[in-house]
Amino acid sequence: MSPPATIHLPFSNWRTKETADRLLKAIEAETRNLPTPLKLMEVCGTHTMTLHRSGLKPRLRQVGIDMISGPGCPVCITPDYYHEAIIDLLVGRGDILVCTFGDMTRVPTRKGSLQTVVPAPGSRLKIVYSPEEAVAEAHNQPEKQVIFFGAGFETTIPGITFTVKKAAEEKLKNYCLLTAFWLIPPALKAIIEGGELAINGFIYPGHVSAIIGEKPYALVAETYHLPGAIAGFEPADILLGILSVVKQIRSGQPLVANEYRRVVKPEGNVEAQAIMERYLIKTAADWRGLGPIPDSGLKLRPEYSSFDAVRRFSLKLGSGSSARKTACRCGEVLKGLIAPTDCPLFGRQCRPDSPQGPCMVSYEGACLIEYKFSGVKSYD
Amino acid sequence: MTKISLEMGSGGRLMRDFIASRIVPRFKNPILGELHDAAHLPWGIALTTDSYTVDPLFFPGGNIGTLCINGTVNDLVVSGARPAYLSLALIIEEGFELEELEKILESIKKTARATSVEIVTGDTKVVPQGQGGKIYINTAGVGRLLGRPQPAKIRPGDKILVTGQVGEHGLAILLSRNKFPLKAGVKSDCAPLLFLLPFWQEGVLWMRDITRGGLATVLAELAQTISLPLLVEEAKIPYSTRLQGTVEILGIDPLYLACEGRALLVVPARKADEILKKLRSHPEGKKAAIIGEVEDKIGRPGEALLETLTGGLRLLEPLTSELLPRIC
Repeated sequence: MSPPATIHLPFSNWRTKETADRLLKAIEAETRNLPTPLKLMEVCGTHTMTLHRSGLKPRLRQVGIDMISGPGCPVCITPDYYHEAIIDLLVGRGDILVCTFGDMTRVPTRKGSLQTVVPAPGSRLKIVYSPEEAVAEAHNQPEKQVIFFGAGFETTIPGITFTVKKAAEEKLKNYCLLTAFWLIPPALKAIIEGGELAINGFIYPGHVSAIIGEKPYALVAETYHLPGAIAGFEPADILLGILSVVKQIRSGQPLVANEYRRVVKPEGNVEAQAIMERYLIKTAADWRGLGPIPDSGLKLRPEYSSFDAVRRFSLKLGSGSSARKTACRCGEVLKGLIAPTDCPLFGRQCRPDSPQGPCMVSYEGACLIEYKFSGVKSYD
Repeated sequence: MTKISLEMGSGGRLMRDFIASRIVPRFKNPILGELHDAAHLPWGIALTTDSYTVDPLFFPGGNIGTLCINGTVNDLVVSGARPAYLSLALIIEEGFELEELEKILESIKKTARATSVEIVTGDTKVVPQGQGGKIYINTAGVGRLLGRPQPAKIRPGDKILVTGQVGEHGLAILLSRNKFPLKAGVKSDCAPLLFLLPFWQEGVLWMRDITRGGLATVLAELAQTISLPLLVEEAKIPYSTRLQGTVEILGIDPLYLACEGRALLVVPARKADEILKKLRSHPEGKKAAIIGEVEDKIGRPGEALLETLTGGLRLLEPLTSELLPRIC
């Protein structure tokens, strides 16, 4: 037989079978005497991805852990009307350049998706990897109105907001943001207080935590007595997080454990927090699936509203319910109330190449991940 | 009214459905029905055609010119034929720089010479500005048959090999198309697979060049073709360290990245080690590896399964949509 391809990357030890086996055994030692499986929510879509891609979900079930996917995908929780507003601009005006991240372009709405609509002559859609590319476009094309359509959590918010600083410094009059900014801690609180599902603990998102630090989760442990652990994105990172949570459950002492210390400092990223503080202000936000949550979003402060696409183009967001009337149950999937496979559309009308809802669009969407990695064949 | 979407050409399920429902039934005949990379004609030759619309035209490790020869040559090789004669059709957009065209034509000349094929007929069209993507190229090729893929003879226990490190072409294209400010040093693996021809006499049962849709898509299609499950070990798939680092940063699954100079082989178990040794004796096959086998104990017929590094199992689906970098 051929020898295994050697991998010389720093993270390679975090993915080996030996490491996974050892951690799963340790988890099992904690869960062995429990009558029912523990339900833990991985809040972040990238965690969902790692769990499926590494095939860990069934192995976790064997050791008494049921993982439930939380609302941690910005593409999924951004309501349709954001997309529809930007589509209207793209189709209705001839001087627009919309820049956005890749998976935002495929979200289906009543008006189509950014990728399927035909922009008015002179207008265009551009997929960017970094928001700074959008500023460069505004610089190079002064005749165009460049809008960065940015959906994100604390992870990407500072980077997107930083472009306002740059645009202000360059005195760009043709650059603005359509912000769909979401904050994780208020959403956690809403999920817990919603009371519809019984969760025994949380795996907190690693990269969001790198920005906000440990403190915002204290409420979960102190007020709601629910355990949780910040975890990184390697399979072993997540298993370490789960091990910490089951230990907290056994000892009856809920904490905010940090199992991603190589990246997450207790205080978070202070500089990034300062950017958010300077340019943004808290606002009520409307989450797909979760509904309106007070103080769960961020928008540009009034002094920077000239960079706000809503102001510049008098956009009407959230006027009336714009949700398409379909049997799509993304909302409940996002809350962790049902598994993707419980949705009547899943695998039938709703597939990666014909998505009916955002959870089947985004690479971090629970439905797409379930479809791609869990052995679902056609349901027809 | 239904309109053609980009996904219908992406190599995924929509494209296969489109071909199976709208093309094959119209032209129904036994040769087309086989849907090989090349058609086996009754006179002992294979015929194939492919159109090249790559964007950007020039990328690290090659250009549309090297691609349009190697791609067609490789389709013939994996169908069991020694490539001999090619046609060359150019569709050029008005305003395209002559200098760039010359560079592409020189690459075509060099690649044709290196692969011992002759360009014996051709066509040139120019379309008005805005109606084409600078240049599109179509090549068709014929070759004499030396062997024949025999999917019906594939049995549980037969081994699955790849001929080299996978995913480099797809990544090189993705990086240069999106102009990511990332110095990855990844080059296209665009190369002819002629060195595989003698292996048709070594008992190889099946070959397929790993192109659009990457290794995962080829495996998924193989499993469907033979109606048996496959099991591949993630730890045995050869990747370059550069590629591994870069896909981590971009959040891209390397199993779906295209190659243009790699193939997947199915060989009988008893011959696998010997064939691997011979493959590795070629400079182009130095990184060849046995990555898995045809199963009968695990999985259901038609499923391609991956045993992950962490010891989990994952089903490999064919590519469904174009690879895009993730949001965070």
